[in-house]
Amino acid sequence: MGDFIDIFFRSVFLENLALAYFLGMCTFLAVSKQIKTTLGLGVAVIVVEGISVPLNNLIFNGVLRQGALDWAGLGQMDFSYLGLLSQIAVIAAMIQILEIVLNRFFPALYNTLGIYLPLLTVNCAILGASLFMVQRDYSFTESVAYGLGAGFGWALAIVALAGLREKMKYSDIPAGLQGLGITFITTGLISLAFMGIAGITL
Amino acid sequence: MSSMQTLTTPLVRQNPVTLHVLGICSALAITNSLTSSLIMSVALTTVLIISNAAISAVRHYLPSSVRLLVQITIIASAVTVIDQFLSAYMPDAARTLSVYISLIVTNCIVLGRAEACAMKNGIGTSILDALGNGMGYSIILIFVATIRELMGAGTLMGFPIFKLAHEGGWFQENALFLLAPSAFFIIGFLVWGIRTWKPEQNEKPDFEPMPLPPREER
Repeated sequence: MGDFIDIFFRSVFLENLALAYFLGMCTFLAVSKQIKTTLGLGVAVIVVEGISVPLNNLIFNGVLRQGALDWAGLGQMDFSYLGLLSQIAVIAAMIQILEIVLNRFFPALYNTLGIYLPLLTVNCAILGASLFMVQRDYSFTESVAYGLGAGFGWALAIVALAGLREKMKYSDIPAGLQGLGITFITTGLISLAFMGIAGITL
Repeated sequence: MSSMQTLTTPLVRQNPVTLHVLGICSALAITNSLTSSLIMSVALTTVLIISNAAISAVRHYLPSSVRLLVQITIIASAVTVIDQFLSAYMPDAARTLSVYISLIVTNCIVLGRAEACAMKNGIGTSILDALGNGMGYSIILIFVATIRELMGAGTLMGFPIFKLAHEGGWFQENALFLLAPSAFFIIGFLVWGIRTWKPEQNEKPDFEPMPLPPREER
């Protein structure tokens, strides 16, 4: 249990996907004008990460890893080079299925999250979390903690940025810095603030 | 558009990073050393050329309902080849770049160019467009990496340029330039610079300040 909490908090604050690894930046900068929109997007990211990272963990450890197919007489086969293809396929398929299931059984939830789900297929925060999971050799329970933590951290960062941008709407910014430029600098400041937490060990 | 224009417009005027906000993730993440930025630039340009050419070649046979799926599969295959090549011949570089090579799959430049150019144009134009956009991305990467490595470690591609203070020289390195926040600041100011030079890229503010009424009415 201690491990679980440790990995969760580490991925939320210290190894924040958006602010420390720059993942999912395109969406992060483009869709962060209103808190309300970012809340929906944030929840969608948490859900997708929470499912896709453990799922990819099962597939990688159960099929692709060297020696995983020992029971089928394929003990020496190493399919890990197919990891990338399988991960992106799993993520794309999972998002599609999630969309269909939500649409059928939870229409209210679908109306809030639905428009963001297709966007997430090509969001590097989602693929990045799965790649980091493989690289760091997480076990299944660890990957659950990591998926949830990574999603939560990303959501936290984008909501924080949207809050700041809502306040900045009325400020008089130099013409060239308007929009993209000032957003970059604001994100830099948030990232600096998150680095202040880096000294904490759990 | 002439082929020369196809090649040169993405360099500054239509730069994928600073104007279209595409491919930011890797542009920020690996720019703390010039060597990895160069490798990343070459890798991305290669993937872009391969995928643009392949998608352009099959564009007449793609039913539009599954085109995204096919495009992503083509891109992911190209990236897998590059990734395997790097880990075989440049294991050190592959280790520093870690997941960012694999993340070229979700780099919006690649998918964006596939949708915007390769689906509509012939192979020749698509390759030129890929080369142009790859170079536009590389210019930003190299620019940011030069500043970050020089200010952060006093070196370029690992070779010492400034003599460091603790080795008896004069240059006090600033480790903040090697950390995440500095990348945001540098690109932010770079965008500001480019937009001052090319004001047509400026974005409209959400609210204009209301002009003051003339003095006698106050």
